[in-house]
Formats: sequence, structure tokens, C-alpha cells
Amino acid sequence: MSNPVSSPPYRKRVLTMRGVSKHFGAVKALTDVDFWVNEGEVVALIGDNGAGKSTLVKILAGVHPPDGGTIEFDDEAVEIASPADSQALGIETIFQDLALCDNLDVVANLWLGRELVTSGGLDEVEMEQRTWTLLRELSAKVPSVRIPVAALSGGQRQTVAIARSLIGEPRVVILDEPTAALGVAQTAEVLNLIERLRERGHGVILISHNMADVLAVADRVVVLRLGRNNGVFSAVDATSETLVAAITGATQGGGSAPEPPAAPRGESGAPIIPMPSKSARRGSARTSRDDRNDA
Amino acid sequence: MSGARDDRTGPVEQIEDDGMLSPGAMRRAAASLVERVRGGDLGSIPVIVGVVVIWTVFQLLNPVFLTSANLVLITMQCAAIGTIALGIVVVLLVGEIDLSVGSVSGLAAAILAVSFVQLQWNPIFALAAAITAGMLAGLLYGFLYTRFGLPSFVITLAGLLGFLGLQLWVLGDTGSISLPFDSFFVQFAQQMFLPAWASYTVVGVSVAAYALSLVRRARRRSAANLEAQSYVEIGIRSALLLVFLLVSAWYLNLSRGVGVMFLFFIGLVVAMHLVLSRTRWGRAVYAVGGSVEAARRAGIRVDRIYLSVFALCSSLAAVGGVLAASRLAAANQSSGGGDTNLNAIAAAVIGGASLFGGRGTAFSALLGVIVIQSISSGLTLLNLDSSVRFMVTGVVLVLAVIVDSISRRTRAASGRA
Repeated sequence: MSNPVSSPPYRKRVLTMRGVSKHFGAVKALTDVDFWVNEGEVVALIGDNGAGKSTLVKILAGVHPPDGGTIEFDDEAVEIASPADSQALGIETIFQDLALCDNLDVVANLWLGRELVTSGGLDEVEMEQRTWTLLRELSAKVPSVRIPVAALSGGQRQTVAIARSLIGEPRVVILDEPTAALGVAQTAEVLNLIERLRERGHGVILISHNMADVLAVADRVVVLRLGRNNGVFSAVDATSETLVAAITGATQGGGSAPEPPAAPRGESGAPIIPMPSKSARRGSARTSRDDRNDA
Repeated sequence: MSGARDDRTGPVEQIEDDGMLSPGAMRRAAASLVERVRGGDLGSIPVIVGVVVIWTVFQLLNPVFLTSANLVLITMQCAAIGTIALGIVVVLLVGEIDLSVGSVSGLAAAILAVSFVQLQWNPIFALAAAITAGMLAGLLYGFLYTRFGLPSFVITLAGLLGFLGLQLWVLGDTGSISLPFDSFFVQFAQQMFLPAWASYTVVGVSVAAYALSLVRRARRRSAANLEAQSYVEIGIRSALLLVFLLVSAWYLNLSRGVGVMFLFFIGLVVAMHLVLSRTRWGRAVYAVGGSVEAARRAGIRVDRIYLSVFALCSSLAAVGGVLAASRLAAANQSSGGGDTNLNAIAAAVIGGASLFGGRGTAFSALLGVIVIQSISSGLTLLNLDSSVRFMVTGVVLVLAVIVDSISRRTRAASGRA
């Protein structure tokens, strides 16, 4: 690849997807996608609408099982058949709608479904204390943990959702468009939070449309286009222009020949894009990954 | 059912609002309270104001209203409908509705009467059969709801008809079955009152337990460096509660005293409050009412919550039906009919359980049923017949829903949703 990822001293590989495919009826949402994330690494997953970002995330979250390919977690092949499987592995997904209960307070939302109990019922004291500890660790600004989350701003709600995902000490945290609905200050707050996640050693997968956010916080940028890998960039080397070119297909596979105009997706069972150099690209991708494993 | 019979009702005293009655505590809590109210978080304030207004008006119109004897009657009238309303509160908390509680209570009354009187069963088995029937009805609703996704409105509307039919079938040709006056059920509902010393003991023990739990919580919280209630505040709260309950008990003791059936109802309310606020199940109920999707993603088995909630509601309706039949000393074709359904649902809503789900407490049932039965009693004392009573109750219900709706909008506007 022409944009090989520079190899800073990343820690251990957590999650690896090889040649993952998924189709819905005649629509090929993902074809032969490779993807991986290390501990303490922020990987941005970008692409145009319909590029397959959401599908990839839903496979990891256990919403859809993949049709083909393998998923390895801590170097062991795993199957993620349900959201519970995903959580049990240590993958937490924060979808765009956050899924908070507006009528419950911050503590209740954080511990929902995992409440601590003592003999006398819910252990509110312990939960509240650990909530504060966690929020301080994340340098999160929340006025009170005993007000309904409906009273919080968008950024604070995002903070609560992220903090909630950390209760089970996950290995990988997936954020789906965390800044899409936020203002400038709140976006900065959330990006800060993502830095904290990296410091804590979580692998972070960040889906975003916003190039500025991606370049500000990501270590590595993975581009999907029409359901296929279309380049992996180090955030240090990448610019908005190169990323946009990869997203739109002006560049392919990070520098191979421009692809022919794509047919509308899902019209037939035929491959969506002719991929003349598919095997070559896969080979190179694998090589690059293997190199990094050795490094 | 008592709801369909004479409905003299008056005030019950058990309104739990220790913090609000004293000037001292009021000042202390004033700032946060004003803040909350401005934000549309009204809590129990509207219904307590409502009770005060209703009592004042009826007392002015008829001095008999606030006599001890009338208040005792009202407490006894509250138990059956209140128990049913307690189930409605739980169903409303998950954002659903049960329109069939009247029919289910009637069915339970019929089963109790037939098995206990006609088949001569042991009273415990008869009682178990009645409540089991209610629980099965609720499980059926829960199954239909979770399996086929039918709206609870439709399921329970069908249940209203279906179980009314079943009730008539169980009663058979007789149509009405009297419970013997010396049976436990009738004694329990009509004759059993706490002796004065026992009522004061109950008050003392309850307040002691309340204070102790507050102190324990405050200790644990301050040990954990969290904001905790001061001992002064706990003292004031407990003292106010003690005075309030003692005065209530004393006033009721001027005539027949505190009914065991009423105490049973209060016990149910307190138990439900503890379950809702201190257990994982209770937390899950509120979560499902707030956002089903969020609850599901948090790993809560939403289907089980729905099943258990519908079953609990119908079981409580059955218990209410048994209480009503015991009080009437009979089960007949109109048991659970008439306005039982709507009174129970109105009580829950008037008491502050939101129709939109996720808001309300067990005490909503208590407060709401006091309002309903006070209106009923007051109008009966004025010799106004049920036509007026229905209309007045309807107006109060609409007012309560308006308060709910406005406070909801205010909450949304001030970000407390």
C-alpha cells in the first residue's frame, strides 16, 4: 500500500476482522473487509453514506452476524451472534441515539442492567461513589449525578453514554457519530473524552463524517467505500484531501488506479464494483498487517 | 363492589408528606422545592393541594364530612379500589394500561365466593384460587403483548369483556352469593379494627423504622464522602411523620379506629414503594417506562418485565376484588362492574402516575384513591346521586391529566423531561 501505517509502539492487538462480508438480500453491504484495532488506539472508520460503516459496527455489536470472514479477539477466533456475545467479549457500542432513559438519573443510567446490590436492595452509595470516580477519571463535567439525564446537554448526555459503556471495563469501545449533533464546545468535550479512553487503554473505534474530528483524535484512519476497504492512513500523514479522495473513490486502495464509476448499489447480485486487483490488494493488506504484528 | 355501592368517602390521613407541613422543614427545602416546581417536577404537590381543597369544600357544605366516623368509613372504602389502583400504577410505570382490572376483580370475587361458600373450600385455598386466577389473566396479557405485540389497550379491552363473561359463568344461575358474616373475610373487611394501643404501636414502629433507615443511609453516605442528610433534617422529618400519623390514629380512634383492611392496604403500598425504589426489578420497571430500547440494550429482559408487571397488576386487581367482596359480604354479577375500572385508573392518574410512563410512585395509588373516595363520600353526604358524582370525578380526572400534561411540557422546556 502506498500509505502504509507507520508503526508507533502500539500495544497488543485486541480485535481483528479478516475478509468479512455481509449482504442483505441482493445488497452487498460489505465485501472482504479487513479491520483491526489495538489496545490504546483510536481507529477512525470513515466513508460515504452506504459505505458499510454501520454494517461493520453492527457486526461487531452482534446485531448482524457476518456472512463470511473471521473475527479474532485476543488472537482467538470468535463468533459474535448476539449483542450479549459482543458485550461478553468486551465490546461496547455507543449508538448515535445513546439509548439513555430520560426519566432516570445519571447513576441509574450508568448502572442500568448491572446494578450493584447489597442485602438491603440496590447499593446506591457504592454506585454513586463509583460513578463520581469514573466521571472524574474522564474529566467529565456533569453538574450532578442525581438529576434526570433529560436535564443534561447533548455533550453531557454523550459523556454519560460513554461512561456507562466503561462500567464493564470493555476492551473495545465503538462510538457511532458521537459528535454529529453537538456544538463546537461540546464536540471538544467529547474529543477530550476519547483521548481519555485511549489513555485508559481501551481500543476505540470512531465512526465520523467530520474530517477535522477524525484528524484531531484518531491514530489511524480506515476508509470504506461501497462495502470494501479503500485505504488505511496514519492520521499523522493524512490530510483532509487525501481522506476525501479515498472516500469518494478518487483514489482507490490508497493509491491504486481510479476505479470506474460505480453502478448503483444493490441492483443485482453482481459484484458492485469490478475489482480487477482484488487479490493483489488483499495480499498487500495482509502483508502490511503482518509486518505490523511483527513490529 | 364498594365502588359501585355507596361511596361515602372522606379523608384518610395517611398522606405521606412529612417534609411539607412544617414551616421549619419548608424553609430548609424551599429553595430546591421552588426550583423543582419551576422545572415542572411537581411530585405530589397538586394532589395534596387537591385533597385539602376537596376536604375544605365538603366540610363547609356538610360538617359531618370530617368527623371521625366518616373518615373511618373513607379509609375502609379506600382499600379495595386503592389496591387495584396500585396495580394500575405499576402498569402505567412501564407505559402500558390495563382496562380490565374491574372485570378481573369481579372474577376473583366470584371465584372466592363459589369456592368458599358453594364448594366449602378451605378459605386459604379459596383465596389462593382467586388470586391465581388474576395472576393467570395478567400472564395471558403479558404473553399476548410480548409475543404478538398487540397494544395493551386492545388486549385488556378484550379482557374486560372476556373476564366479565367468565365471572358470570362462574357465578352461574344464582347471580349473587353471600359470604357468611362470621367468615374471616367479612370479619377482616368489616369488623377488624386495631385497638388504640396497637395503632399507636404500629405508628411508633413504622416511624422508628423510617428514621433508622434514613440514619443508616446518611451514615453510609457520609462515610463514602457523599452528600448526606443532616441528623437535624432526619429528626425533623421523622418527628413530623410521627406527629402526623399519631394525630391521624388518634382522630380515627375517636370512633371505630384504624381498620385492619386499611392497614393492609397501606402495607401493600409501602411494600410496593420499597420494591420499586430499592430493587433491580423496580429500577428495570422505570427504565422500561423511560425508554424500552435503552432498557433492552442495557441487557434488561424487557419481555419478562412486561410479563411480571401485567401479572402483578392483575393479581392486585384480584386482591382488590376479594377485599371488595369481603366488605360487601357478597359476590354478585355487578362485582367489579360499574365504575370500579375507571375509579382505579383515575386514582392512579390523579395520584401522579404519568400516563406517558416512567413517572409515579406507589404512593400515587394511595393519594389518588383518597381523592376519589373523598369526592364520592362528600357528594353522597350531600345527597347528590351518582350522576353528579360521575361528572365531578370525570372533571377531576381531566384536571389531573392536564396537570400531568402541563408539568411534562414544563419539564421538557426546562430540560427535566
